[in-house]
Amino acid sequence: MLRIAIFGATSGIAEATARVFAGEGARFFLVARNAVALSDIAADLKVRGASEVLTRAADLGELDALQGICDEAKAGLGEIDVALIAHGVLPDQAACENSVEATRDVLAINTVSPALLMTRLGEILARQGAGSLIVLSSVAGDRGRPSNYVYGASKAALSALGEGMALKLAPQGVNVLVVKPGFVDTKMTADFSKGPLWASARDVGEVIAAAVKAGKRGTLYTPFWWRYIMLVIRFAPGALVRRM
Amino acid sequence: MTQGESWGGYPKAAQTFRNVRDRHAALSLPPDGTALAFGNGRSYGDVCLNDGGTLLGMRGLDRFISFDAETGVLECEAGVLLADIIDIALPKGWFLPVTPGTKFVTVGGAIANDVHGKNHHREGTFGRHVLAFELLRSDGGRRVCSAGENADLFATTIGGLGLTGVVTWARLQLKRMGSAFLAGEQIKFGGLNEFFALSEASAATHEYVVSWIDCLARGASLGRGLFMRANALSADEAAARGAKAPIVLPLAMPLTPPISLVNGLTLRAFNAAYFYRQRTREAARLWHYGAFHYPLDAISNWNRIYGPKGFLQYQCVVPARDQRAVSEALLKEISRSGQGSFLVVFKVFGETTSPGLLSFPMAGTTLALDFPIKGATTFALLDRLDAIVCEAGGRIYPAKDARMSVETFRRGYPRLEEFRKFVDPRLGSSFARRVMGTA
Ligand SMILES: Cc1cc2nc3c(=O)[nH]c(=O)nc-3n(C[C@H](O)[C@H](O)[C@H](O)COP(=O)(O)OP(=O)(O)OC[C@H]3O[C@@H](n4cnc5c(N)ncnc54)[C@H](O)[C@@H]3O)c2cc1C
Repeated sequence: MLRIAIFGATSGIAEATARVFAGEGARFFLVARNAVALSDIAADLKVRGASEVLTRAADLGELDALQGICDEAKAGLGEIDVALIAHGVLPDQAACENSVEATRDVLAINTVSPALLMTRLGEILARQGAGSLIVLSSVAGDRGRPSNYVYGASKAALSALGEGMALKLAPQGVNVLVVKPGFVDTKMTADFSKGPLWASARDVGEVIAAAVKAGKRGTLYTPFWWRYIMLVIRFAPGALVRRM
Repeated sequence: MTQGESWGGYPKAAQTFRNVRDRHAALSLPPDGTALAFGNGRSYGDVCLNDGGTLLGMRGLDRFISFDAETGVLECEAGVLLADIIDIALPKGWFLPVTPGTKFVTVGGAIANDVHGKNHHREGTFGRHVLAFELLRSDGGRRVCSAGENADLFATTIGGLGLTGVVTWARLQLKRMGSAFLAGEQIKFGGLNEFFALSEASAATHEYVVSWIDCLARGASLGRGLFMRANALSADEAAARGAKAPIVLPLAMPLTPPISLVNGLTLRAFNAAYFYRQRTREAARLWHYGAFHYPLDAISNWNRIYGPKGFLQYQCVVPARDQRAVSEALLKEISRSGQGSFLVVFKVFGETTSPGLLSFPMAGTTLALDFPIKGATTFALLDRLDAIVCEAGGRIYPAKDARMSVETFRRGYPRLEEFRKFVDPRLGSSFARRVMGTA
């Protein structure tokens, strides 16, 4: 029975992933800002089979509290088998381009906060000598594009951090996995019109859960063919990317 | 992702789609025009469409709230699929008290059409097992409705076609089921007399009863078909029979063929093959619940077989009084036209009254079948069937309808005027505008 800590537990992808583990009787420590949504998700996971769900309402943008929350998760669960970091915002690119504050806020919540959590959780898992640390990054971090480079940059840092930690911590029994979803239909992307490239949160959650169970580390594109799309985009000439 | 299509692909409608994701939030209404809750689009016609208006996608409300494995009482949000309920409840010995022929419908949709299943003669409609639900209305009201509280909104919302408000969550009473299997018999019958005799004899002995009648058979074989009856098995009984869950292959109709693959030739061949496949008159059968309740769910998007024009589904019920004669008249009309689908589903409904003012089932015989749309001749045929049904005091099922007349609806649903008082002024549907004369 897995013990799972989730940061940003109200994210659509995190919730879908949690449902898969709940069906197998997992125990959870869930962190998110919205206390009502948090308790709704806790109730849902219990009906789906979770053996216990602990919740902690917290604003993950308050950086000073993060280390303490990681320690609470460890204390609450005993051991952490899986830590999933899923919080993040999809910023208004145009607003960021003209505002230092807006850009700073995005980087604080999308980059600094997850990076601090990864650092502390990496330590905890390494001390345990086992566990999986999963961070939700994005295909947008693979190449800066005019339409969303602030978001892309905020995720690119997580990808680099995760890739490095994966190599570093593997010998200590810790699997660090950077997940790069493509277009996923969640509340974060509610305003987009959806085409054939879009995946459901449920499908992405199932892929993540399967990867965790298989002990995968490094980078995971989901759906898998995004790896090839991004390969092309990474090496595409700037003239082409300028329009994306 | 196409959003806001009904299962028959007819009629087509253009509407703004808004996803609902938070049951605590106020009703998300457009600045003007009407809105309508959209479940999983498993209604065939236009009860789930709102051409020119807004659809509120309810699938985002898909959380469970609580489940008591001792009493079988389940609380969940309105966008939860019946399939998800089975997944969590069956391992604990519980099943849906009533289920339609597909498990891919939402709880909200099942309430709004007050759906029925193969055990109607025992359990009545879905609405009878709804203990309570919360209803959001455009006046900002948020009401818990049950038989004891807001009883009028309870009775109008069950079978209320989404017009009385938006259901956010519901409390349901599930039914004990000891295993995933059912056992019973499949019996060939030669005509309607035999069908009614079998139905009567089986009502007391079997929980689930349904038949398929070959609608293309004529003359002496008119009304020939297959009768299926079953009871759920306890865990011990299932184990004693060595029942094993089948391996289900994911089959799908990947795309819509340019023309309908259903025509007179394929129909006749299919029906004959189906009927003669079983050699003996009676065969004992063991079914997994999936194969028994949801045979069509095995092929996702099977509706595409009818091609881009879509198809019409027709379901009516005729009162018990003259059910034998009226059923025969309907079958003859269909058989003469040569238009119907593979098989007509036949079932005798029980006496249990439905809780909803506009619920479809009544004591009598129901039949359901698909029609590929061949233009005016198809519509004319269905009008002739309507006339027979109305004359007999029967009615047409809104969940399957895209074409009945204002008059047919009014005659079939005598409590319509009472119902109107509870329609929310900001909600509307293509169906309501077509047959109820509302905005
Ligand atoms: C293969 C197949 C077999 C079927 N077999 C049967 C059967 O045996 N018996 C039977 O009775 N039906 C049967 N049906 C019909 C189906 O069960 C009903 O049409 C059902 O209501 C569809 O549910 P849905 O969630 O897809 O809702 P939709 O079709 O999307 O909507 C149906 C109605 O519910 C309303 N609604 C949806 N959600 C809410 C909400 N949250 N609050 C208020 N109103 C809401 C909509 O406004 C609409 O009026 C079958 C359909 C198919 C495709």
